[in-house]
Amino acid sequence: MVVSGAMTQLKLVCLSVACDRGGRRVLNHVDFEVGSGEALIVQGPNGVGKSSLLRVIAGLVAKANGTIELEGGVHERSVAEHSHYFGHLDALKPLQSVLENLSFWRDFFEPAVFGGGKVRESMSELEALDTLGIAHTASLPAGYLSAGQRRRLSVARLLVVPRPIWLLDEPTSALDKASEDVLLELIAEHIQVGGLVVAATHLPLNLPNTRFLKLLPVTSESEYMFAGTDLDDYFDEDE
Amino acid sequence: MNWMKVLFIREYQLANRVGGGALIGVLFFLAVVTIFPFGVGPDMILLSRIGAAILWIGALLATLLGLDRLFQADREDGSLELLVMSGRSLELVVLIKCAAHWAATGLPLVLATPILSLFVGLDFRSVVLVTLTLLVGAPALTLVGAVGAGVTVSMRRGGVLLSILVIPLAIPILIFGVSAATAGAIDSNNFFVPFLFLCALTLFGLVVGPLAAAAALRVSGD
Amino acid sequence: MTLYDLANPTRFLKLVKAVLPWIIVATVAAFAVGLYFAFFVAPEDYQQGQTVRIMFVHVPAAQLALMCYAMMALSSIGSLVWKHPLADVSAKASAPIGAAFTFLALFSGAVWGKPMWGTFWVWDARLTSFLVLLIMYLGIIALWKAIEDPIKAAKVNAIITLVGMINVIIIKFSVEWWNTLHQPPSIIRADGPAIHSSILIPLGLMALAFVLLFVTLHLMSMRNEIMRRRIRAMRMRAASVAPAASSSTVTKAAPAGAR
Repeated sequence: MVVSGAMTQLKLVCLSVACDRGGRRVLNHVDFEVGSGEALIVQGPNGVGKSSLLRVIAGLVAKANGTIELEGGVHERSVAEHSHYFGHLDALKPLQSVLENLSFWRDFFEPAVFGGGKVRESMSELEALDTLGIAHTASLPAGYLSAGQRRRLSVARLLVVPRPIWLLDEPTSALDKASEDVLLELIAEHIQVGGLVVAATHLPLNLPNTRFLKLLPVTSESEYMFAGTDLDDYFDEDE
Repeated sequence: MNWMKVLFIREYQLANRVGGGALIGVLFFLAVVTIFPFGVGPDMILLSRIGAAILWIGALLATLLGLDRLFQADREDGSLELLVMSGRSLELVVLIKCAAHWAATGLPLVLATPILSLFVGLDFRSVVLVTLTLLVGAPALTLVGAVGAGVTVSMRRGGVLLSILVIPLAIPILIFGVSAATAGAIDSNNFFVPFLFLCALTLFGLVVGPLAAAAALRVSGD
Repeated sequence: MTLYDLANPTRFLKLVKAVLPWIIVATVAAFAVGLYFAFFVAPEDYQQGQTVRIMFVHVPAAQLALMCYAMMALSSIGSLVWKHPLADVSAKASAPIGAAFTFLALFSGAVWGKPMWGTFWVWDARLTSFLVLLIMYLGIIALWKAIEDPIKAAKVNAIITLVGMINVIIIKFSVEWWNTLHQPPSIIRADGPAIHSSILIPLGLMALAFVLLFVTLHLMSMRNEIMRRRIRAMRMRAASVAPAASSSTVTKAAPAGAR
């Protein structure tokens, strides 16, 4: 297994992270740390903020409170720039070929390694497609792929661009058993070479060096923006 | 620098491949120019007097037509998230997307202008002036439009609202563009004063457009 | 009481509750005095006759239309830089008021224009600028309505408001330039070179009354918006509360509700 990047260990530390969406607090006081060679599985019921947490780490959603720091990373680069975000959407253009889609993201992100952490050497596009079993579609428009194939093509992006942190939101959705196994193997490999994974899922994922973060619903009344207990604040006393 | 080239090429290709690309904008431009004589009558003298304005308004409407998809397609398929978190300057990404969009849809409008100007009976000098002012001014329309596109990116049918928001911002561009185009002579102050204002507006759009649109796109991640 | 305290919605509501009656009284008083002066003290114009009195509505309305936009722009800076929800509320509350004043300025201008110019509308630089301003206000109101999430709507509106602020200046300049290009500069200016104090005093009084009216309407509108958001928060909370039967059995797994 080829390993590149500096030998420093990465550690992602979140302290007291809070996040508001739509005027409602969906995350509050989230603390965790996860280091190189580890996976953090974020669990919890639907709507508890698993996706929001990943989006906050990826810098897509502003956090309302708390700190997110990457120890051992490149100082002037954000956590997002050390990360791959693998969400519900595939980020594919149906009119472009599979290879064009993949090459674009490779070239757009390149150079993607900012030192810090150990990352597996990136694969070539065809190698990545081959690993995921969709090499035969390389020259076809991405619009011809099935949902599962599109998902796998989206995974290929993580393989051709080396980044130490993988933020995975329900990574196994829309995948059949065989593809799921391939993906889990790739994630395990990423962890073993010193990568760092934060995955939100409600399925049990069989990954090495796993920590768990159980999110609970935010229930306190004060967590709603503009929430007074009721309108009596204004109409109290003399009315 | 490679990433800019790659992004430009992809955006240009997509703009050309999706929905008829350049052709659809030019067709719309043609349709708008064609409809004017039916409104004002087939009076060639009158048409040549307002021809520059017709062409400018046609180009403005044709530019607005395609702008709502500028960022929306990327938002719907998840590309926008990756563009935002890539670590590339989002302002530059916006600028490159605008440049590619303009190359794919704005430039064909400018190239079609000399042909369409025959329909409104412009003389040779006016044709040159209209084409020149559109070449300089149309990028400003795209850049100002990008602000509207960024602001309405999360809306399912944001196209009409985008036009309502952008048209007031486009009025100065139209004023100076048409004034320069109807100046009559290229070497007079009548031409230079509005033409330089038009250049200034384009430069202004180069700054404000990407800054504001990028700010709006960052918000859209919420 | 510091500015920070003011920025708390509940404290703000308390303050509004205490202050609003006094401001309403002041507004009514200012209008009573201002209108009295406008109708009975200010002289007729030797050319325009009684119609000159439209000016006492038209000019303050026009000033307020611009002031409202300035208020909206300031609030927008507040919501972008300090991300404060109360700034969002202030910006949102300003837009319809500004649109109303702009409409009033245009309407009174048209009514005044008929006897003066013989037509309800001319493409005069000021009227045109105000028409554009009205479109901008209405666009901003439409944008507020189009985005459900109030926080996101506020940010997006702040961006378009600030871009519009810069553009208002450019539009004003360009429209004036365009106007002098297309029309001889002989168009009648509403206010002559020197205004006599018999007109200036009623005008000042009316301007004060309009400013007070703006403050009243703005405070009321902000109060209503805070209430609206409070109702929204209560509804969201109602949606997130588990049904009574199941909440006792699975306490931890209570669904957090829709996002």
